[in-house]
Amino acid sequence: MLGAEGPKAKVFAGGTDLLVQMKEQLIEPSLLIDLKKIAETRKIAFEKDVVRIGAAVTGAEMGENDKLKAMWPGVVEAVELIGSYQIQGRATMGGNLCNASPAADSVPALIAADARVVIAGPNGTREVAVEKFPTAPGKTCLDKGEFVVSILLPIPPKHSGDAYLRFIPRTEMDIAVVGAGVAMTLDGKGTCTAARMSLGAVSATAQLVEPAANILIGNKLTDAVLESLADVARKACKPIDDKRGTIKFRTQVAGVLACRAAKIAWQRAEKN
Amino acid sequence: MAKHVVTAVVNGDEVDFTCRTDQTLLDVLRTELYLTGSKNGCGTGDCGACTVIMNGRPVNACLVLGAEVGSAEIETIEGMAKGGELHPLQRKFLEHAALQCGVCTPGILNMAKVFLEKNPDPTEIEVRYGLAGNLCRCTGYDKIVRAVMDAAEEMRTSGS
Repeated sequence: MLGAEGPKAKVFAGGTDLLVQMKEQLIEPSLLIDLKKIAETRKIAFEKDVVRIGAAVTGAEMGENDKLKAMWPGVVEAVELIGSYQIQGRATMGGNLCNASPAADSVPALIAADARVVIAGPNGTREVAVEKFPTAPGKTCLDKGEFVVSILLPIPPKHSGDAYLRFIPRTEMDIAVVGAGVAMTLDGKGTCTAARMSLGAVSATAQLVEPAANILIGNKLTDAVLESLADVARKACKPIDDKRGTIKFRTQVAGVLACRAAKIAWQRAEKN
Repeated sequence: MAKHVVTAVVNGDEVDFTCRTDQTLLDVLRTELYLTGSKNGCGTGDCGACTVIMNGRPVNACLVLGAEVGSAEIETIEGMAKGGELHPLQRKFLEHAALQCGVCTPGILNMAKVFLEKNPDPTEIEVRYGLAGNLCRCTGYDKIVRAVMDAAEEMRTSGS
């Protein structure tokens, strides 16, 4: 159906972005496909190596899943930052990905978590790393006839933790000016053995900050390590200058948030 | 766009309606079912004036399609008072004069009702966060927050 109708067909889950775009006449779809009717997209399944979160699972449902929250608190918190309670009852991680905003809150958290996107299309299914999914503001790697079925989060090893923080000028109901996600695993003695850091809203798409892993792995979270982490975060920034944040401000804040998120992820990893 | 015949439960009654694909639940409530208590504020999910309760969760009716609500249970402000008796939240909003123009009120009452079901003993800050998706341009929120806190207390002590 999606393939035959072409680009004027739109898949939707919560509709919290799509209906706004329709109202503002940014898009005029000829066909709407309700993803929620596909049972697989509505489930959270804990499998041997992964947690499979259906593309149409809402933020509220993720927040109510204690097991998921214990495994990936940063991812769940990032999703819960999206909009009000009213939005949370509808909005989904799949939709947040497909809307492809550079400031989408769930995306940096998913990148840090090393999540993968399961895509179905006319030629079967394929998997893509989250950091490869958005290709430009509002654009994704989805080909004609393809849609997102689910998102896979790895089952984290012992002593793992993650965190996502964003800066907004208000206390609620706002779009990230900068977002930073960190996920890490420690050994029994508190030394980092695996780490991923990501940034949102400071480049055309949310990005994996690859050098962060080398800074963290093999180390404890000392002041010197945090300083290097802030440094690589700032170097990775290629932000726009707009009324919500200047280039200088966004770059500065990226370093601060990266360190704070790393500290929270570390504390969580120690307790897990 | 296509027309859809939908059956849903609205305020406890089964209702059938016909809607176009692009008609929202808010359009359906107001123009097909003549339940005009749900207000059209922004139409883009920012203001919360159209908040209704769908399968127990608060949603912005302007961001739900009518065609999606088949077999859903929907509660609107028209169903909040039972048997001619106001819900404690409604009564407390009147006592505290927690409204002026009234456009935001139905949405706030629905949101506050679900919020108190989940959190019957909230702090003031929790109430403010709970209602963060509902904008009021008249009251400055203080009276709304006081009314919700007072209603919560009454509901706790009366066990309703």
